[in-house]
Amino acid sequence: MKRLLRHRLFWPIVALVLLIALNTASRPSFLSITINDGALYGSLVDILRNSAQLMLVAVGMMLVIATRGIDLSVGAVLAVSGAVTLTWIAGSSSPGSIETVATAIALGLGVTLILGLWNGFLVSVVGIQPIIATLVLMFAGRGVAMLITQGQITTITSAPYTFIASGHLLGLPFALYISVLVVLVVSLLVRRTALGMLIESVGINPEASRLAGVRSRGIIWGVYAVSGLLAGGAGILYSSNIMAADANNAGLNIELDAILAVVIGGTSLMGGKFSISGTVIGVLILQTLTSTITFLGIPPAVTPVFKAVVVIVVCLLQSRRVRELILRRRKVSRPSPVEPLEAVMSR
Amino acid sequence: MTDPAVIVDARGITIEFPGVKALDDVDLSLRAGEIHALMGENGAGKSTMIKALTGVYAVDAGTISVGGIERRFGGTDDAQSAGIATVYQEVNLCTNLSVGENVMLGHEIRGRFGIDWRATHAAAAEALRRLELEIDPRSPLSSHSIAVQQLVAISRAMVIRSTVLVLDEPTSSLDRDEVERLFAVMRALRDNGVAILFVSHFLDQIYEICDRVTVLRNGRTEGEYRVAELPQVELVAKMLGRELADLDSIAERTAHTARPDEQTAPVMQVLALGRKGALEPVDLELYEGEVVGLAGLLGSGRTELARLLYGADHADTGRTRIRGSAVRVSNPRAAVDNRIAFSSEDRRSEGIIGDLTVRENMILGLQARRGWARRVPRAQQDRLVATYMQSMDIRPADPETLIRNLSGGNQQKVLLARWLAMAPQVLILDEPTRGIDVGAKAEIQRLISQLAADGLSVVFISSELEEVVRLSHRICVMRDHAKVAELHNGEGVDVDDLVSLIAQKGQVS
Amino acid sequence: MSAPTTSLTGTRAAVFVSAVRSRTASWASVLATVGMLVLMLAIGQAAFGDFITPRLISSLFLNNSFLIVLAVGMTFVILTGGIDLSVGSVIAFSGLLGAQLLAHGWPSIVVIPLMILSGTVIGAITGVMVAFFEIQPFIASLAGMFLARGLAYVVSLKSLPISDGGVDWLIATQFTVGQWSVTPGVILALLFVACAFWVLHYTRFGRTVYAIGGNAQSARLMGLSVTRTTFIVYLISGTCAGVAGLIFASYTGSGNPLAGLGMELDAIAAVVIGGTILTGGSGYVLGSLCGVLVYGLIQITITYMSIDSWWTYIVIGALLLIFVVFQRLLGARRRA
Repeated sequence: MKRLLRHRLFWPIVALVLLIALNTASRPSFLSITINDGALYGSLVDILRNSAQLMLVAVGMMLVIATRGIDLSVGAVLAVSGAVTLTWIAGSSSPGSIETVATAIALGLGVTLILGLWNGFLVSVVGIQPIIATLVLMFAGRGVAMLITQGQITTITSAPYTFIASGHLLGLPFALYISVLVVLVVSLLVRRTALGMLIESVGINPEASRLAGVRSRGIIWGVYAVSGLLAGGAGILYSSNIMAADANNAGLNIELDAILAVVIGGTSLMGGKFSISGTVIGVLILQTLTSTITFLGIPPAVTPVFKAVVVIVVCLLQSRRVRELILRRRKVSRPSPVEPLEAVMSR
Repeated sequence: MTDPAVIVDARGITIEFPGVKALDDVDLSLRAGEIHALMGENGAGKSTMIKALTGVYAVDAGTISVGGIERRFGGTDDAQSAGIATVYQEVNLCTNLSVGENVMLGHEIRGRFGIDWRATHAAAAEALRRLELEIDPRSPLSSHSIAVQQLVAISRAMVIRSTVLVLDEPTSSLDRDEVERLFAVMRALRDNGVAILFVSHFLDQIYEICDRVTVLRNGRTEGEYRVAELPQVELVAKMLGRELADLDSIAERTAHTARPDEQTAPVMQVLALGRKGALEPVDLELYEGEVVGLAGLLGSGRTELARLLYGADHADTGRTRIRGSAVRVSNPRAAVDNRIAFSSEDRRSEGIIGDLTVRENMILGLQARRGWARRVPRAQQDRLVATYMQSMDIRPADPETLIRNLSGGNQQKVLLARWLAMAPQVLILDEPTRGIDVGAKAEIQRLISQLAADGLSVVFISSELEEVVRLSHRICVMRDHAKVAELHNGEGVDVDDLVSLIAQKGQVS
Repeated sequence: MSAPTTSLTGTRAAVFVSAVRSRTASWASVLATVGMLVLMLAIGQAAFGDFITPRLISSLFLNNSFLIVLAVGMTFVILTGGIDLSVGSVIAFSGLLGAQLLAHGWPSIVVIPLMILSGTVIGAITGVMVAFFEIQPFIASLAGMFLARGLAYVVSLKSLPISDGGVDWLIATQFTVGQWSVTPGVILALLFVACAFWVLHYTRFGRTVYAIGGNAQSARLMGLSVTRTTFIVYLISGTCAGVAGLIFASYTGSGNPLAGLGMELDAIAAVVIGGTILTGGSGYVLGSLCGVLVYGLIQITITYMSIDSWWTYIVIGALLLIFVVFQRLLGARRRA
């Protein structure tokens, strides 16, 4: 029981289950899934579909955070990707053709990859603190997105593009496939190779990793590139959903939600050990929370209050002090980072 | 001769961490005007005891009275107001502030409009002068050496009118002159009636400066002794609770002959390797099966040379040859590719990856060399780890323990294993035995001898010249960022020779 | 033998040089900001002719008075190595709360303290989480940010006008000398800067703030009250945000749930441009004031040049980059 309580995913999962239970209690139809036109519909399916954007951004963010970094620019990058893609489609003669859409997407992702590489360059080569390095692009990126759309909200009509966010494949939303694919690919990439361990190693102790021969510069550069790319993917999902490039509002505050999801999932902002399953649960909690509020008839604008409550509760539960109180562990005012004796003994 | 008054009297101190008693019924008395040593192997409870005395940990049982009044410390400030000040091994000051501020922080002199900086700095200067430290209190702390920072920390302790001074391994990063300086200060404080608790791994220092010693073993008091009445061998025996055959067997190996085969080509050869401000160009040849000791004071260039050999820092000048062919070792990766290994003197911040397991720490080097895409197969990992855990007697013998939970000596062994797993041809060890207990020290020394006998080329750095003399086939003496002498070890070479070489004229930098 | 002394401390001259260099280095970033400010004014003057006028300078302060107050609070937080993301939302919460209460006929003498207090409360919540529960400031203040923004919407879902004399007075009253004019809001903001400077440099609390930013662990072991100081720092930042909300409400004559969106970033940017290092322990509140003025000047210049407003983002991003790289180079030199 104690081990279960101490597992780092215990409380996040409890929170998710509680949220779903709350919804079901208030309206039993929450759990029901209907089949319409060979596609599944229902609140749970919606949650999975709508969480795709955040999932992409959060997975990238998690990798960045694991290296002791943070990527504040994802919202702006997301806006840039939507702006680039839609401007290309809007300017093309056949907005409905697959080739146009594919080119546009490749272009959008390419640009965001470059933006990610730029962040990585500032952090790993120039050596600027991540929070500041990405703050630069957080400001400038949105400006660039507006520059591309000339401050307009570009709208398009393109069936293939609509399909990305709203289409169904084998009964399930296409966006869900994208989100599952990203999670799977990243999981395989980090856990089947040594990438995960090296990322954690760099996040825990960069200098020791360097001296052990780890190419930390490349790793750090890489995670920012991935984060940029995934934010770009989220931008395509976002713009496909509303079929418009809104440089002002696309991805507003998504960096905060993503960071929140990662932290709820048990990855520390201090870097090091990360948990993909935790991040997935974190994203689902946030998305379920948003749906719950709409579901319960509360004005969506008030959502932040509930998010705040979730942050506070989850953080408090993960906080060492509170755990000590719960588990009645001895109170130690502040052990030094390495306290061999105490730690050995606590085993 | 009557015993001086007891200032701090700790009786029956017990501190429990979940599952285990870190301290079990420990007694410690500090007397005014005495320097008291606290000795014990790593894990004996020294640091826990210090943290109990300084209010970092709350005690579960037992009493601490200061000046006859029983105290309960809720935090470091409680201990400080009871007159107990502490200087930790890693200097705990704020490098972003000035020297004077660090001395006076929390005790600044206030005038009508807030802090009176003129008076505050004057008071700081006064406190520094008492330790014969003639530095500008307005200069930033970061502009001074670790030794000076340590003395600044002591000045701070004096400003808060402490009657008790706890020094937790203050000498581990000081060179000989600096230690002498510190000792002079300690003696002066002692003569002023301050009770000093001194923790050090250097036995000689204990005998030089301390009046009494309390020995801890496995969280219990082994006993309190007058240093003058306790032979060194007996002290070590009490700390270890075992016979000293281990240590003696290493000492016997001193009679090294010269390098086995004079004819072989060097494994690694550097010409004019140097870096501006860190190291004057140095020539050095490393041979198979040979331990090369780098002797010199801290800051003499010994660590700088080691780092340049490994490419940890960027060299401005120099050429490197490995087995005759020219290579560039401009970063750790290049070094690793050339099978050069380097263990930093700063184990905690440049060695271990604290939150990774022992297994992951061991294979990290190997994995880094293979690149991220080709993971070391789990079976191979387990095999490697099991081999090294057994051959080095790493404890606890659980490869999935986080390395930060190991004692210093065991962490060092894991780091050695990390490098050995890569089958290096050159192994550079910067202070591999610093801050670890006597038993582990002997094991690591034996391991180094063994590795050299197996054909590895080892570069060995230690502040303890006895150790350098004991282990090395050849010794390079470093001074003022340059190599000043190179001698073959053997009969007739002893510590005094090295000391005189190190201390020759022009030592002032 | 005098060797030990010399080898310990280096020569007197070397110490002096290093002291001067290091002290200059910590001011150098601020000087760079001042230099930037002067340069921008000079270029503006050269390009537009009558750029530097009492009116322009007055309105620079007037239009940014709330940002100055925010930056003051943010400076405290960043000096301890923390960050406070909640301040932008507090502006909305505080302003809207005031507007709603005034609309219900409460007297401004009661409402104004309540508006300020609303910020203090949010700051206290963030502070408790950071100081007592050791939650990372970024996340803790993120909670504060969500909470304040959400509470603003709870108070009212749409913008409410303010026509109360007591609140209006802060901005509507103008003390004019020739073309120079100043409002109580500006005076209040400058008063905050002055107080912050005194607190940071002439009180033990202020020095503890720097010590925590330098090394919190050391500060704790030195017997400084790290927990209490950290808590108070967030309290200060929250209170400053409450005051900024008051000034902003007075400035816009309304309470708006969308007010202050992203303004925490403006404040952080201003503090960084002002030479304070985000890891804490180094920086000056006067630098933050200059940072805000640079920020304001960019907006004015872009208006003057009548180019599209999104260039503001790009220019500020570029400016941040320049400053950060500059600080980085300074830091590298200091370490060498």
